[in-house]
Amino acid sequence: MRVQVEGLEFAYNGSSPVLKDIGMEALPGEVTALLGPNASGKSTLLKCIAGILRPRGNVLLEGKELSKFKKGETTACVSYLPQENSSRAILTVFEAVLLGRLESLSWRVNREDLDLSLKALEDLRIEALAPRFLNELSGGQKQMVSIAQALVRQPRVLLLDEPVSGLDLQHELEALDLIREITMQRGITTVIALHDLNLAARYADKVVVLKNGTVYASGRPEMVLSPRAIRDVYGVDCTVRSEGGTLQIIPLPSIRIKSRDASLRCIMPD
Amino acid sequence: MVARAEELYSRIASRKYVPLFSLASALVLLFLLDISVGPAWLSPAEIISAIVSPSSVDAATQVIMWNLRLPVALMAVVVGASLAIAGAQMQTILDNPLASPYTLGISAAAGFGAALALVLGVGILPYGGQFIVPINAFLFAMLTCLLIYSIAKKTGLSSEVMVLTGIAVLFLFHSALALLQYLASDQQLQAVVFWLFGSLLKTTWPKLGIAGAILLATLPVLAKDAWKLTALRLGDEKARSLGINVEGLRLKVLIWVSVLSGAAVCFVGTIGFVGLVGPHIARILVGEDQRFFLPASALAGALLLSAASAVSKLVIPGAILPIGIVTSLIGVPFFVSLILRKKRAYW
Repeated sequence: MRVQVEGLEFAYNGSSPVLKDIGMEALPGEVTALLGPNASGKSTLLKCIAGILRPRGNVLLEGKELSKFKKGETTACVSYLPQENSSRAILTVFEAVLLGRLESLSWRVNREDLDLSLKALEDLRIEALAPRFLNELSGGQKQMVSIAQALVRQPRVLLLDEPVSGLDLQHELEALDLIREITMQRGITTVIALHDLNLAARYADKVVVLKNGTVYASGRPEMVLSPRAIRDVYGVDCTVRSEGGTLQIIPLPSIRIKSRDASLRCIMPD
Repeated sequence: MVARAEELYSRIASRKYVPLFSLASALVLLFLLDISVGPAWLSPAEIISAIVSPSSVDAATQVIMWNLRLPVALMAVVVGASLAIAGAQMQTILDNPLASPYTLGISAAAGFGAALALVLGVGILPYGGQFIVPINAFLFAMLTCLLIYSIAKKTGLSSEVMVLTGIAVLFLFHSALALLQYLASDQQLQAVVFWLFGSLLKTTWPKLGIAGAILLATLPVLAKDAWKLTALRLGDEKARSLGINVEGLRLKVLIWVSVLSGAAVCFVGTIGFVGLVGPHIARILVGEDQRFFLPASALAGALLLSAASAVSKLVIPGAILPIGIVTSLIGVPFFVSLILRKKRAYW
């Protein structure tokens, strides 16, 4: 399901706009990474695409305006994983993942929902956690459960806000490998907000870089993630290398010199 | 895979049936104890005869059973279940372990409404007759719900604002109540204080019928939204991402539980403890899947109040203590023992 965003603007309760004239596209079978510094509007854009926030401008799913989707239609095809993960619910992991199937759950749980819930846990290799309570898990384990909740819905559009924050290196790579694999196999349109540029370069087919609520650049990672763009957006100097077809972004060591009136960052030579 | 998933889920669900069955069994036993104890003790045989075939027992036993014991014992079950369900849903929709009809000011507002009728004889509706006190209490409980909702709506119905508004309303009505008590005569003051203690003794079949009907009407409404309410505990953001209209659900449940708690409190007075602790006992025993949590809360609340009702008749032979006093006295040790026995965090 192709996702298009055209002329999108959004402001929270009369404050200054968080997103201004956003235009982007995400295609089925591809991972699109949303990049940008803190407060650049990544999470807000994901919520607008998920239909949780009502922005001005257009969000189109397969050419149809999101606002014209009937109640329940959006949730049936779009799965959004929010950044917030502070639930204190007294639920087992299995019950929590089952809740991802909310649309089809009735008082008596059907076999298909149970089957899909276990499959989602197995795909992420966390089925051993199934009988444990959510509030007994570490932050990283909770994050894996949240990813399972998003995947169990079998969405056509998968929106993930910082899905690997709090995960150790192994689980971080496993989770993103799985997300990429599922995206390609099932033809899902996946949009991920990420902070780690190296992960974005490794897993995304396309990156959209936001700066101050506008799109700074978008395209294939090797076209967009240049030292100049990273300095412009993040204010960090770095080198960008390509090794084995994958970009590696390495920040340059620097020292900050402060005087009374100004602050100057100097790059240390190798 | 299917068989394994089903087996896994059955194992998780079966851990909840045992506490539910235990609560239900204990409630039946305590209900029987409640109707057998009092100034005149009734044997199990007399109880069964009086209920199944009233004409087979003497007139005094008939009156004791049908006019005094049964309505009071059933009211304990209905009010206990109503307050615990109301507390459970308030804690759920407001994401706050301290939320209950008492802490949100609904009981205090009902108390003020009752005191208004008892001290000044002022009824909100004309021709209230013998129902002037409960009608006042109920309407003030509803007004409080409306006030909390109106203020919170201005800030997007956030749970924090609703809880803070509720606590502010609690203090407001406590002050207003204190003023009424200050103005009241000795006799009126006694009536107000007795009402505030909470008592089941003025239960009649019509009052029981109203409270019971409201409880029965509320249960299917909440049961229909059981999964959505369970999902709400994952956080507002996640609930929204699952397609839940969080604000709409919060408002709907707030209205229903306000009616439920208003109906319970208006007939028996302020019983604070059950609505707060009943849900926590249920949470410890069965978790927060609402399909289990809802009945477990109802059973835990009914159990607490039935136990309190029985104990209130046993403490001083020949006298009946106000149930509001006894509830906390027997509920706190039970609750603390549960917390100490279970090692997990429960909020």
